Amino acid sequence: MALNPDFVGRTYPPAGTYLVGREKIREFAAAIGDRNPAYRDVAAAKGLGYRDVIAPPTFAFAVTMQAFESVVLDPELGLDYSRVVHGEQAFAYDRPITAGDELQVTMVIEAIRAVAGNDMITAKAVIATTDGEPVATATSVILARGTDAE
Amino acid sequence: MTAQVRAADVAVGDELSPAEYQVTRADLIRYAGASGDFNVIHWNERVATSVGLPNVIAHGMLTMALAARVVTDWAGDPGAVRELGVRFTRPVIVPDDDQGAVIEVSAKVTELLDASRARVTITASFGGQTVLGKAVAIVQLA
Repeated sequence: MALNPDFVGRTYPPAGTYLVGREKIREFAAAIGDRNPAYRDVAAAKGLGYRDVIAPPTFAFAVTMQAFESVVLDPELGLDYSRVVHGEQAFAYDRPITAGDELQVTMVIEAIRAVAGNDMITAKAVIATTDGEPVATATSVILARGTDAE
Repeated sequence: MTAQVRAADVAVGDELSPAEYQVTRADLIRYAGASGDFNVIHWNERVATSVGLPNVIAHGMLTMALAARVVTDWAGDPGAVRELGVRFTRPVIVPDDDQGAVIEVSAKVTELLDASRARVTITASFGGQTVLGKAVAIVQLA
């Protein structure tokens, strides 16, 4: 089933605030096996010029997870979640996510394409503080494997 | 926000220290909890095989995190990574044993950019085949 191209440009406003916890960052760093002191040790992070421990680069995706799912699971968009595959991921950082940040995520559907019977959706998550300071963007390409091909 | 590596000390072709990462089922469970990605194909073999996968597969974002580590370890300050992008080209299959899967990551400097930035191209492979495509980081050098 081809997705509706009218969804290009659709914006999903922030559903809430993500308060970045020091222990959440440590938990995430441990889960990727990364012992970099900037993620674990407040003094080490301060030594690099940060206010508190910073998050590993890909933690930005975890912050956007809920907003990302609001797109993927949007009944009006009509994706079949069981057929969804993560195709590409890109991040651009204004600064690292830091413990204590209060973040909001705005999702934008940037593109919808049909390639070889599959739907490809490009969704960009704009991460900013509640004060409006830009922090990072996370752009995902999601592939929904078509049923026609089977 | 700036790497501990100085731009003057970096040249195109420089290789970063490579790494091998072992990923077991337990690591996938742990990553699911830490990241909030509980997609069943990353921990349930019955469901994974029912949707046509050979077995449970690692989260693409976990592979991306491991690939990024080679770059952040090189930079010293992880905040020096200003851009990071990958394509997920092949799944990393994680069997239910103590060994799990081994992901090999290497990276090298492929371009020097304006404002003391470097482009680093990353190669991540599993079982002798690459699992990421177009894997690139932009690093702010000192």
